[in-house]
Amino acid sequence: MRFLAKIGNIVWKDLVAEFRTKEMISAMMIFSVLVIVMFAFAFKPVGDTIKAVSPGIIWVAFTFSGILGLNRSFVNEKQNETLTGLMLTPVDRTAIYFGKVITNFIIMAVTEAISLPLFFIMFDYGLAGSILHLILIIFLGTLGFVSIGTFLAALSANTRASEILLPIILFPILVPLMIGAVQSTAMIFDQKAFAEFAGWVKLLAVYDIIFLVVPFILFDYVLEV
Amino acid sequence: MLKPSKTQTLLGWVTFIVTMFALYMTFIYAPMEKVMGVVQKIFYFHVASAWNAFFAFFIVFVASIAYLLNKNEKWDTIAKVSAEIGVVFTTIVLVTGPIWGHAAWGRWWTWEPRLTTTLILWFIYLAYVLVRASSIEGEKKATMAAVFGIIGFIDVPIVFFAIRWWGSLAHPEVVTGSGGGLDPRMLHALITSVIAFTCIYFYLLTQGILIERTEARVKSIKNQLRERNN
Repeated sequence: MRFLAKIGNIVWKDLVAEFRTKEMISAMMIFSVLVIVMFAFAFKPVGDTIKAVSPGIIWVAFTFSGILGLNRSFVNEKQNETLTGLMLTPVDRTAIYFGKVITNFIIMAVTEAISLPLFFIMFDYGLAGSILHLILIIFLGTLGFVSIGTFLAALSANTRASEILLPIILFPILVPLMIGAVQSTAMIFDQKAFAEFAGWVKLLAVYDIIFLVVPFILFDYVLEV
Repeated sequence: MLKPSKTQTLLGWVTFIVTMFALYMTFIYAPMEKVMGVVQKIFYFHVASAWNAFFAFFIVFVASIAYLLNKNEKWDTIAKVSAEIGVVFTTIVLVTGPIWGHAAWGRWWTWEPRLTTTLILWFIYLAYVLVRASSIEGEKKATMAAVFGIIGFIDVPIVFFAIRWWGSLAHPEVVTGSGGGLDPRMLHALITSVIAFTCIYFYLLTQGILIERTEARVKSIKNQLRERNN
């Protein structure tokens, strides 16, 4: 229980810092809508094209804007040497990791909650499938993204060109997650029954578990001085 | 450069002889494939390189764990050199694959699980090399690389299964074909080729380690000189 309270404190600190400036969340929001708009120019959004490309557009918009947020989550701490302060606090290093994961998750969820309806409006696309299933997939996809993303952001914060490096090291690792998320989103848009994409849901869940547990084991090494 | 040890020189000669023998097996001993003709010879290099690449990345994984456990620089050097060799062999696989594929199925590339996984594998280990290249020197760099070496290797099987579900297109099943296809002489050639490539891997590994050690030695000499001049 005390461990959870410590995590909660870190989340609270990060969210307060974020919502005072709204620097990250506004940039992510604008960027994800911008990606959607760019895709509208890339694929003329009429008729069948929308159905074919929309799951991909949604996830590309989410991941690209997510990268912006991830990049800041440790680089910001480095700039003012607050990471050292954070590491000096009497908490387990993994509490810092989970705290950052939850913060990034909340910030991404807020971005998604705003850009997804905008996507449906701008493309004049009515969601045919189950909204609950879609939320489940977005939850699992976002969780996997932030769990490995936060970890690799911490890793790349140790390097010279961290903001360039993060997408390069993160995207290959994200491949299974992207496939699973896009495939199951497409199936939901096609009004498929849950049983048909249950396999993908399992894949996403397994990915999430693996990339929450492995960073949990390795995080001590990433933050050591 | 530091002098190679006796075993290393011996390994070099063994590698040379085995490789020559593998070339003989590939081009003279193994029969010509009826349909594909001479293009099929690429098979022996393609498969052997693929095996070598996976083996090299497995060594990176093991060496990374060993480094994190006991912080011995030796493991870091092995991981570094092995990753570089692995990237080179993956590149060979990705180059020979389309050449063969174009002759066999008339297409340069298909989004087939093994091809796609190899491509992602290549990206993962390029990323590994970049983590090393852009990290701050010293122990921290080694730790970051080791951590990424473990993450990357764990990801590979998940990538493979995800891509397999995503779309299963045909990859020429040469070895598993029940009774069909592979001449025993071709199999002999393939085995020799794999052994030869494994020898090449170990030879390159020892050479790479030697270069790393030479570099470290040069650096320490430079530091000594600098201190003396101050």
